[in-house]
Amino acid sequence: MLQTPTRTASPLVSLAGVGVRRQGRWLVRGVEFSIAPDEIVTLIGPNGSGKSTTAKAAIGVLKADEGRVERKAGLKVGYVPQKLSVDWTMPLTVERLMTLTSPLKGAEIEAALDATGIRHLARAEVQHLSGGEFQRALLARAIARKPDLLVLDEPVQGVDFSGEIALYDLIKTIRNTTGCGILLISHDLHVVMAETDTVICLNGHVCCRGTPEVVSQSAEYQRLFGARAGQTLAFYNHDHDHTHLPDGRVLHADGSITNDCRPNDGHHTPIVPTGRAGPMRIVHTHGPDCGCGHDHGVVPDGAGQQEKRDA
Amino acid sequence: MLDDFFMRALVAGIGLALTAGPLGCFVVWRRMAYFGDTMAHSALLGVALSLLMNFNLLLSVFVVAATVSLLLLLLQKRGTLSTDALLGILSHATLAIGLVMVSFMTWVRIDLVGFLFGDILAVSRADVDLVWGGGILVVFAIVWMWRPLIASTVNPELAEAEGMQPEKTRLAFMLLMALVIAIAMKIVGILLITSLLIIPAATARRFSTSPEIMAVLASLIGALAVVGGLFGSLKFDTPSGPSIVVAALGLFILSLITKPRTSVVEHSAANQGGRA
Repeated sequence: MLQTPTRTASPLVSLAGVGVRRQGRWLVRGVEFSIAPDEIVTLIGPNGSGKSTTAKAAIGVLKADEGRVERKAGLKVGYVPQKLSVDWTMPLTVERLMTLTSPLKGAEIEAALDATGIRHLARAEVQHLSGGEFQRALLARAIARKPDLLVLDEPVQGVDFSGEIALYDLIKTIRNTTGCGILLISHDLHVVMAETDTVICLNGHVCCRGTPEVVSQSAEYQRLFGARAGQTLAFYNHDHDHTHLPDGRVLHADGSITNDCRPNDGHHTPIVPTGRAGPMRIVHTHGPDCGCGHDHGVVPDGAGQQEKRDA
Repeated sequence: MLDDFFMRALVAGIGLALTAGPLGCFVVWRRMAYFGDTMAHSALLGVALSLLMNFNLLLSVFVVAATVSLLLLLLQKRGTLSTDALLGILSHATLAIGLVMVSFMTWVRIDLVGFLFGDILAVSRADVDLVWGGGILVVFAIVWMWRPLIASTVNPELAEAEGMQPEKTRLAFMLLMALVIAIAMKIVGILLITSLLIIPAATARRFSTSPEIMAVLASLIGALAVVGGLFGSLKFDTPSGPSIVVAALGLFILSLITKPRTSVVEHSAANQGGRA
């Protein structure tokens, strides 16, 4: 169960000390991470925390104002942007959307539409699709060109709950079958815990990062999956006031309040995906007024965690 | 055949309409109608400068229109005024400066109305060659960069992420537009150029299922408007440039009345098929 994925391949993209500044303000600073083939890296963080900016810097749409971005030579990117609306004046069917940036064979288009389950919509105009159908179409377009790196900026927006789970399953399947690297932007904790190899929590800088284990089909996982709404709520707590993120048993949002939620009580690890992975590490230290809103108690992996498991 | 002034007008007009079709589609898709208008209005400044410096008219108009579009890009990047305000300033400022300059040049006789509303019945054999030569160049360029043009129209960031250069595409598109404006000025006139770009494209939209079909249809509809407008102007003795625009408008209204094959219906049918 504790198998650690070994990645020997050279990274597709690596960022070192990357910062992007607009109008005198740093949108993000000091971002460091890399994405290897077959790896899912997820950026999480509140609105305006620089998730999209970081992703755009990684694929070269935005130029980094400091630091270095290195991309593998000839890197083929498939991109699903956060906002994309096709003007009504342009007649564009799903089928035509597939070949937007590169020519494809009919079989390749069909395969991508089959994979995303929208083959029956091939001839529909994209303006008439529902939110979920459109996201699937965008995803189909991005994977149809067989990218080395798939960049998905909030791919489940406008998708209902069950559709969301299906889309995340699909993303996992894409990774497993094509072996491409995936950079995922999400504010959904459950996908972070379920499929991601590396989670990077942003808030203008890298707050914390972790390497949860690869998904296991444990009963706990199933339970966590079911209690997803509560998790998401709890995750926002993490974002806003930085009380620690509880595991399923100490989830404050659903009413089960535990005693170990005091400041400096040693429990304020940012994300604790219990049952499947260890706690995340806090990778930087703070000054008392650094403005990132963190609890400043750095918790050594293990000690606080052990206590929580007992709770 | 081209000895007859009416035949020359027809051939030149059709040539321009075929060129304007695909270009006009991009103007509509990219919501650049007012932008096109601004470039067209600046053509009068080009005319004035050409007369002042005794410089080639076509080249002068092209350079001024291209400069105005670059100026707009620069001002947009500074981000102090909204784009439509900037366009309003540039559009009318260049037109006014052109008119003022022309009025100062008492030593040249200039057919102002001809420049503003076109004089298609006066096109020479050389003009016809120019329209077709320039038109073929423009259409060839559009076909050559079709995919990046479409992709960056849908989403520039997506295009850039997947290895295209939307900024360069945009620049090339503006230069093509400046070229078409320079060519079209003599035929429909500065004030009516954008209508020949936009109206056929808007008419084609309802009958198109892909960008490619829409571009071709817009060309054909534009050509039809030219033919209809010219024969109408002959029959009713009306000014030719405005007559072409009125004919285009007529086709547009006709397209609104006719029952379009809606893809809404097709979509829901496909949906049911998929879910059955």
